[in-house]
Amino acid sequence: MVMEIVCPAGTPASLRAAVKAGAHTIYCGFNDETNARNFPGLNFDRTEMRDGIAFAQAHGSKVLIAINTFPRAGDEALWHRAVADAESCGADAVILADPGLLDYAARHHPGLRRHLSVQAAAANADVINYYAKTFDVKRVVLPRVLSVPEIATINAETEVETEVFVFGGLCVMAEGRCSLSSYATGLSPNMNGVCSPASHVEYHEDKGVLDARLGGYTIHRVEKDEPAPYPTLCKGCFGAQDQTGHLFEDPVSLNAEQLIPQLQKAGVTALKIEGRQRSRSYVAQVVRNFRTAVDALEAGQPMPEGMLAKLSEGQAMTTGAYKKTWR
Amino acid sequence: MDLTVGPNQFFWSADRWTEFYSDLAASPVDRVVLGELVCSKRLPFFQERIPDAISTLMDAGKDVALTSLALVTLKRERKQTAALAEMGVEIEINDLTALPHLPDGTKFSVGPLVNVYNEGTLSWLASKGATRICLPPELPLASVETLARVGADLGVTIEVWGHGRLPLAISGRCYHARLHKRTKDNCQFACEDDPDGLDVRTLEGQPFLAMNGVQTLSDTYASAAHQIDALTRAGVSALRLSPQSKGFTQICDQYHQLLDGKTSGADVADAICNIDSNIRLSDGFLTGDRGVDWSGKQPPDTHHP
Repeated sequence: MVMEIVCPAGTPASLRAAVKAGAHTIYCGFNDETNARNFPGLNFDRTEMRDGIAFAQAHGSKVLIAINTFPRAGDEALWHRAVADAESCGADAVILADPGLLDYAARHHPGLRRHLSVQAAAANADVINYYAKTFDVKRVVLPRVLSVPEIATINAETEVETEVFVFGGLCVMAEGRCSLSSYATGLSPNMNGVCSPASHVEYHEDKGVLDARLGGYTIHRVEKDEPAPYPTLCKGCFGAQDQTGHLFEDPVSLNAEQLIPQLQKAGVTALKIEGRQRSRSYVAQVVRNFRTAVDALEAGQPMPEGMLAKLSEGQAMTTGAYKKTWR
Repeated sequence: MDLTVGPNQFFWSADRWTEFYSDLAASPVDRVVLGELVCSKRLPFFQERIPDAISTLMDAGKDVALTSLALVTLKRERKQTAALAEMGVEIEINDLTALPHLPDGTKFSVGPLVNVYNEGTLSWLASKGATRICLPPELPLASVETLARVGADLGVTIEVWGHGRLPLAISGRCYHARLHKRTKDNCQFACEDDPDGLDVRTLEGQPFLAMNGVQTLSDTYASAAHQIDALTRAGVSALRLSPQSKGFTQICDQYHQLLDGKTSGADVADAICNIDSNIRLSDGFLTGDRGVDWSGKQPPDTHHP
């Protein structure tokens, strides 16, 4: 079967562009803190969601709704309402991370298909099968800590479908288990749906040197004319012992396009593209390229090469944990 | 309020490890969680010493639990996790991977690396047999209050991070190995050189984080020294102290006296900083705008931005 392309949409326009470009599946979120891309101007209100789903389904595409932050104690109703609204909007599935919310959805919305978010960081077959048995989870988005052979091992031991990230931003830490951002800024992926938020970024220029700061911490420094990377914490520049550099990860993004055949052999069902914050033209371009790749693979033709390099905006690319030496 | 000693997050020699737990037997703590939390490669170096340490601590009247590994990906790690239940002591799960390996009806505790952010997850864990939960350090006091209330209704003891460098992230990649231009599989145990983690500074030289193999910690040592009244009012039953290489039994004594009302939070903070002048404190996750914030007075040489 052809591998499923799962594509991000931060706006209704992006959703329509992705559908037209050939995305099998689109994932998106409501415009509140229930999803892990809670950025200003992004995401869908209820009407937009209902209309977007109707549009996608009419064109043969599916829509998944990410409700993948961890509900705040005392305010769970907001997350419960999001699950109920996802079902009434006609979503094909919800993507959840919090065990309490999975339990709620399984009990109150048993007919609504459940996927396990990457934010749950379920990294082995034992725990994936446990989520399946306990919450009837049908698909797991694998955390970006696994090599391709490890993914194959998981698929050999589970009936749960696996979805893996192939393109876009790259978490270096196990997802859903990182509070670097809230330590430095007070806002975190788990609680607020944001990481290294723009509200806490400052650039400071002095004598031809441009510093990028997050929460007051200087974690990038470039000459005035060089491009200044966004100061994401885990890709910042730090010092330890006598070294200065990108101690955790370089300012890279993920591109696993050349690994698609191996991922298929490893039993992966779906390929996920990161970037709900991206423009619709970017989304459409990435979708077209990945559709070309999986369709070529299905037809037994060679994979097109280097098709996504120009979309990386000059950023370095990595295959991340899929190759064991990354560790 | 009780005192729990959490699992050592760092890689110490087996002799140092043994000495640490012998010393703890005589300290005024109620509960000790031990075992390997961070990296499965470290476990063989002290695994054989665990049963004796458990006996020593139990003989001294401590409750003892064994931690599960925080991130389980390899076959070896799955086996290690499954084998925990055979040790005959309570398990503290720090990843849900441990849950399916516990025999039905087994009571267990939950460590701070499991995401218990809300009533729903707390209730679900209680229904599976959780009797004690150490909440994630990231939680603000308002969440702690709500969860302690629900915990009381369900008979689940609520514990809060009380002292020590904060576990901020865990990764598939080993940063100590990366720093030494090695891969994780050939790490040569570089993390052993840093018994409290390796200081990570910003480009302006501010202390910021600490690396510990696959784990990233805060530079600051979180301290609930100024939060005892608020936590008591919230219904929190235990404070977790995280092992450090210097002066740890003194730290246990300090918090014990604080809970007994024999000293003040400010004096405890001073005593901690006197043990090691390089220690900076924080309690911002509980009451500040951000995790690094500290509600007490900072020593004059602080580098906080």
